[in-house]
Amino acid sequence: MAVQALDAARLPVDWAKLVQKLALATALFVVAYGVVPAYASGYLVEAILLPFLALSLAAVGLNLLTGYCGQLSLGSSAFMAVGAFGAYNFNLRVEGLPLAVTMILAGISAAGFGVVFGLPSLRLRGFYLAVSTLAAQFFVQWALTKFGWFSNDNPSGVISAPHLAVAGLSLDSATGRYLLSVTTVMVLTALVWRLVNSATGRNFIAVRDNETAARVIGVPVLRTKLLAFAISSFIIGIAGVLWAFTYLRTVEPAGFNLDRSFQILFIIIIGGLASIRGAFWVRRSSLSSRSFCPGSAHSCSAACSIRAFST
Amino acid sequence: MTFFSHLRKAAIATAFVLGATAVHAEEQYFPLQSYRVGPYAAGGTGFFGGFIDYLNLINIRDGGVNGAKLAWSEGETQYEVEKGVEVYERLKSNPGIAAWNPLSVGIAYAMIDRITDDKVPLITINHGRTDTTDGRVFPYVFPLLLNPYSETSGIVNYIASKEGGLDKLKGKNIVVLYHGSPYGKETIPIYELLSQKYGFELSQIEVPHPGNEQQAQWLTIRREHPDYVVLRGWGVMNPVALKTAQKTGFPADHIIGNVWSNSEEDVIPAGDAAKGYTAITTQASGERYPVVQEIVKTVYGDGKGNLEDKSRIGSVYHNLGIVNGILNVEAVRIAQAKFGNRTLTGDEVRWGFKHLKLDPARVEALGAKDLFHSINVSWDNHEGDGYVTFQQWDGKKWNVVSDWIAPDWKLLRPIIEKSSEAYAKEKGIKIRTAEDADAVVSN
Repeated sequence: MAVQALDAARLPVDWAKLVQKLALATALFVVAYGVVPAYASGYLVEAILLPFLALSLAAVGLNLLTGYCGQLSLGSSAFMAVGAFGAYNFNLRVEGLPLAVTMILAGISAAGFGVVFGLPSLRLRGFYLAVSTLAAQFFVQWALTKFGWFSNDNPSGVISAPHLAVAGLSLDSATGRYLLSVTTVMVLTALVWRLVNSATGRNFIAVRDNETAARVIGVPVLRTKLLAFAISSFIIGIAGVLWAFTYLRTVEPAGFNLDRSFQILFIIIIGGLASIRGAFWVRRSSLSSRSFCPGSAHSCSAACSIRAFST
Repeated sequence: MTFFSHLRKAAIATAFVLGATAVHAEEQYFPLQSYRVGPYAAGGTGFFGGFIDYLNLINIRDGGVNGAKLAWSEGETQYEVEKGVEVYERLKSNPGIAAWNPLSVGIAYAMIDRITDDKVPLITINHGRTDTTDGRVFPYVFPLLLNPYSETSGIVNYIASKEGGLDKLKGKNIVVLYHGSPYGKETIPIYELLSQKYGFELSQIEVPHPGNEQQAQWLTIRREHPDYVVLRGWGVMNPVALKTAQKTGFPADHIIGNVWSNSEEDVIPAGDAAKGYTAITTQASGERYPVVQEIVKTVYGDGKGNLEDKSRIGSVYHNLGIVNGILNVEAVRIAQAKFGNRTLTGDEVRWGFKHLKLDPARVEALGAKDLFHSINVSWDNHEGDGYVTFQQWDGKKWNVVSDWIAPDWKLLRPIIEKSSEAYAKEKGIKIRTAEDADAVVSN
């Protein structure tokens, strides 16, 4: 009680800022749920917004791991693949599983996978960790190609998205898929935003900034790192579901290749490590320029590594 | 004065009427998801070049199909699925779409749901998802002429004929070297099935996309010591395979190329290493066919030819593009005979493809005798029983070394139906009847 009173006294509510934030959030909601579904063309939704939402969500997930917790990962698209193929298989093999449960289960599979490939982070840092997460990238692609079970023994290894419905309402139309995407992205981004402002989020930052110091002040480093891998992979896995189910409507393992991992990494580097907003801005601008400056790839990854090392 | 004002009025009226007819002229549109850059540009430029050349020929020579002008525009996909989807969404709002021809298995897979919703046919000539042959489950998809299973059967039958009969295949060793993509993997189960049926030993080796490094694969092949290697390649993978085969000492005349490893672009870069290499094809190469001659005279003579390098006229991909043009245009013509000579809807063109029957006489009338054999599409067989032939590279040109061979359709049909029925069950699709297939939605 006393502490709360102290907090309130120290941090007076900035009403102007609060109103501004509320107005912004309302505007965002009106645009996302009113203007876009009503006025956006099919092209805007299908070819711009759906990939934008899926990749932005993946970037938010990776930012949690790389930006906040300082663990460099090149396995993002592998986690996306686990999510996409996981959702496909849960949907296929469990009769009548609701879509939301499918997505959460897919996210959990990706999270489990992320923890396994996060284990090297307990001993490795920087470049070496990046290389060990590369293993995830190649392992997943190999496993999905090698074992036909994952793609329901489809000869060419391509899965196609199932019928999407929530509470009996079909979401197969472009608008339906958009609404599913935008809702998922908003909910998860809000959760991430809450998380980074919580004690766990501060633990992430402490581990990133100085692991030894973090250990000294009592941050459980091991648990924090694995948690970062788990939550980040969970979100990236769900981004993979969105990519496969709402955007492409079909997916082959080769679609989740190293290029996609780099793309997600550059989004967070250019958008700003440890910046949730950045994930969305960069994805948007990269779409409007319609290419992702592969030439700058080397300088980008160099910049990232420097950042990862210096932290 | 009054005379002039009348004249002016008349002139304005005429101009108006002409303008109006120009606006309302019947036009059939082909959206082209082409690829002219990237690792598969050779295939893309040749195929889309031939397709556009044929559409141009119809416009210049005949003024369109029964008065309906053919129109098209291109979007670059670089053979990437995401870009293909983007181009699909960009071009699909154009009016009068006849059919989509992406020339990419990956893109075609991503389009199946979309074109079924939009009720427009999707043509995957000589490639595609094999079970789309079953028109009962896939009303809008047409793997015309040759689906991957038929191709496999054709190749195995050809090897058998070289060995002296199907019973001689027993104990032979065949290696399939395939491209690491949905296209490359499509035939894995059918090779396994044929190996069990005919008793030949089989190993299938993947070459990761794009395939410009194959040392390891060919060393494995050398250890296996196979009787034949089937090359199921695409783009740069093919010349690299031939060169590496020469380096590891495997004879080129025991390598059999599939239908996407059969072009000049696949053998010329390999130089001497390609001499004696044999490949399957559905359409012969060369310029001597009347329709190719007319394209040279009319389209290239008019300066409207699509190929920048004229020496590629009559090449395998160019001729495939021309054959694809013939099939698309004839489907439109057949549909026009039923629905009238006007701009048709996608669903009406689908009806045309469903009734696309060109017997050898009709093929000859179209100036394509010996260019391709015939096609006989029906409501439940979307492949249309295409015939194949084999051609051998002599260092300068392809020479046909076999008759037109029929794949073993009877053997393949039950496998295709099993796969398509599984798809129907997974997606909750009702299996269509002949009456369903003949009904056309008006939109």
